[in-house]
Amino acid sequence: MYLSDMNVGDKAVVKKLIAEENIKRRLSDIGLINGTQVECVLKSPFNDPMAYLIRGAIIAIRKNDCDKIEVEMI
Amino acid sequence: MKIIALAGNPNVGKSTVFNSLTGLHQHTGNWPGKTVSNASGTFSYNKKNYKIYDLPGTYSLVSHSEEEEVARDFICFAKYDFVIVVCDAVCLERNLNLVLQTLEITNKVIVCVNLMDEANKKKIKIDLDKLSNILGVPVVGTSARNKNGINSLLEQLENPSFNNINIKYPDEIEKKILFLTDYIKDKVKDLNPRWVAINLINYNDSLYKKITEYIGINLLEDEIIQNNILECQNFNLVDKLVTKAEEIAEEVVSYDDKNYKEKDLKIDKITTSKLFGIPLMIIMLMVIFWLTIKGANYPSNLLFNFFNFLENYILKFFNFLHLPSFLIELLVSGVYKVLTWVVAVMLPPMAIFFPLFTLLEDLGYLPRIAFNLDKMFKKCQACGKQALTMCMGFGCNAVGVSGARIIDSPRERLIAILTNVFVPCNGRFPTMITIITIFFVGINGSSLYSVVLLTGFILLGFLLTFLVSYILSKTILKGVPSSFTLELPPYRKPQICKVIIRSIFDRTLFVLGRAVVVAIPAGLIIWFLANLTINDISLLNHIATFLDPFGKLIGMDGVILIAFILGFPANEIVIPIMLMSYMATGTLVDYENLESLKNILIINGWTIKTAICVLFFSLCHYPCSTTCLTIKKETGSFKWTLLAVIIPTLIGIMLCFLINYISNFI
Repeated sequence: MYLSDMNVGDKAVVKKLIAEENIKRRLSDIGLINGTQVECVLKSPFNDPMAYLIRGAIIAIRKNDCDKIEVEMI
Repeated sequence: MKIIALAGNPNVGKSTVFNSLTGLHQHTGNWPGKTVSNASGTFSYNKKNYKIYDLPGTYSLVSHSEEEEVARDFICFAKYDFVIVVCDAVCLERNLNLVLQTLEITNKVIVCVNLMDEANKKKIKIDLDKLSNILGVPVVGTSARNKNGINSLLEQLENPSFNNINIKYPDEIEKKILFLTDYIKDKVKDLNPRWVAINLINYNDSLYKKITEYIGINLLEDEIIQNNILECQNFNLVDKLVTKAEEIAEEVVSYDDKNYKEKDLKIDKITTSKLFGIPLMIIMLMVIFWLTIKGANYPSNLLFNFFNFLENYILKFFNFLHLPSFLIELLVSGVYKVLTWVVAVMLPPMAIFFPLFTLLEDLGYLPRIAFNLDKMFKKCQACGKQALTMCMGFGCNAVGVSGARIIDSPRERLIAILTNVFVPCNGRFPTMITIITIFFVGINGSSLYSVVLLTGFILLGFLLTFLVSYILSKTILKGVPSSFTLELPPYRKPQICKVIIRSIFDRTLFVLGRAVVVAIPAGLIIWFLANLTINDISLLNHIATFLDPFGKLIGMDGVILIAFILGFPANEIVIPIMLMSYMATGTLVDYENLESLKNILIINGWTIKTAICVLFFSLCHYPCSTTCLTIKKETGSFKWTLLAVIIPTLIGIMLCFLINYISNFI
């Protein structure tokens, strides 16, 4: 499943980043790499973007970027 | 003098640390991207002098946006004695990433773990000594807002001890790094060869170009280097730093309360909910306007009375000096009246609006607006952070334009720059408030009604922003939306007294000062135009008559157009100029308050339609001169600046034409 499939309250571990290089960099800058634990915490009024708790910070990511992040629920 | 660079992730309180070190008042706000260019200041401690640069916040030294590039270039290539990397104690782990990256460039790093008070509140404990041992550089804990720990930071500046340990990569990569480091060490000038080696392996286009520019050699043309790099292509060095940061954090950070995020999240669940998110935003906007309109009325009248009272004495004084009567006319009717008008009408709303807005900013609400509205921006192929630049535009469009640097994609940044003017800035909405009050609500009418009308106009501005962004994305700025990550920082309690004092002194008086400086020459010009005659008719009349047919076509008149043209340097003076021109050309009426203003306007042929057209044109016309200069500076292009002038002006003219046309049928 993908980051975009998560619902508020779900916790997961990042398995694979399929995104292109500069998006990958962006994500790794905020600490999102393979093996990072993420929790889906907020949904915006129009359902996109969603916000995730990543290494102690709340980060909003757009759905089409989340589509490129494979995760496994825990 | 020692040079210090102040770096750190966005929104960790760098500017607050900067302010408490220098005693300056660099503006701070609780949202990522507040500082977009380097600010510098000096201070001395124990008889030593320091110069310190406050760099824009950046998550990493591989830059993505303009403002991050500013920070990266400084840390990588500028000369300094040390870097203070400011970290957020509440999420230290992610902040350590930047610390580790900086340590790869230089060992002269002092780590300042800021927001210790916030961490305390959330029961997060950090072992600073242990962190210092692991990193091999000094670590200081601070709560810069309350000036806690600043002294220890100053002490560290005196004789810091640096003996940091390089981050070891897995053996095979490490071998390559060591080999390359040795191989290039004579070629890289004063750059750290290990860092250059790492960046050869971990190739990034824009950084590599800067390195080549700096050392004057294209290292990748060397075959030995090429071959060595090829062998380590599949290894991600960035990930290694992230995991290293994770390991370090695990050792030094402990959480006594695992659910420390819950309280913030509870608030966010409401502020970003489907049901309340957007209405809450609009209500908050309305509350601010209501307080502004309601609160400004009384001081405004007070100022009018005071200035009128003063005018008598000034006249007496000038007569006493036996100044020639034309000079008295010029100074009093020309300069003094325009000046006092600007102050009386503009000062009270600004002095209320700026602090209120700053409070909202310090609270941390603005990123939530961007979060709520992002989907709409995405629909327009634009970036949600544009919402943040629009918020800045309420204060001043020039600030909104330079603030657009927080947007990574150049295309989306241009969209934000070109549409910022659709948010009425502080120089314009007192004009709008005045016209709404006298024409639609009545001077003693309910201010709630004015608020609703004003908010309506602001929302119309939003609508135009979306519309124009969409059209731009489909035509000259074609493209798909880029990726978007936005941090929602924890809410922080604003320091109310400080916010009020600072926003009045730094922002209100600054903006008002600019308006006053413009008002004086504009007043003079109008006076001369009104008093120089050709064929017994004043120049002003000539120009007004000339512009009148076009003005009438779009529901206004020649005088109003003159006022908007002369208001180019500062929109604040539009109404005073209008008023002066009317009084110089037509019946002379003394104005004391809004009531007399209404009389003057009506005598000169204003109707509800005129008022509506002026309101629309205030919302949609060319940006002021300061904003135009900023657009030129930010885009580096005359073409885009011209477009930023043409788009809103054309829309304004079209809207007003339409209103005028339709009103003929009513």
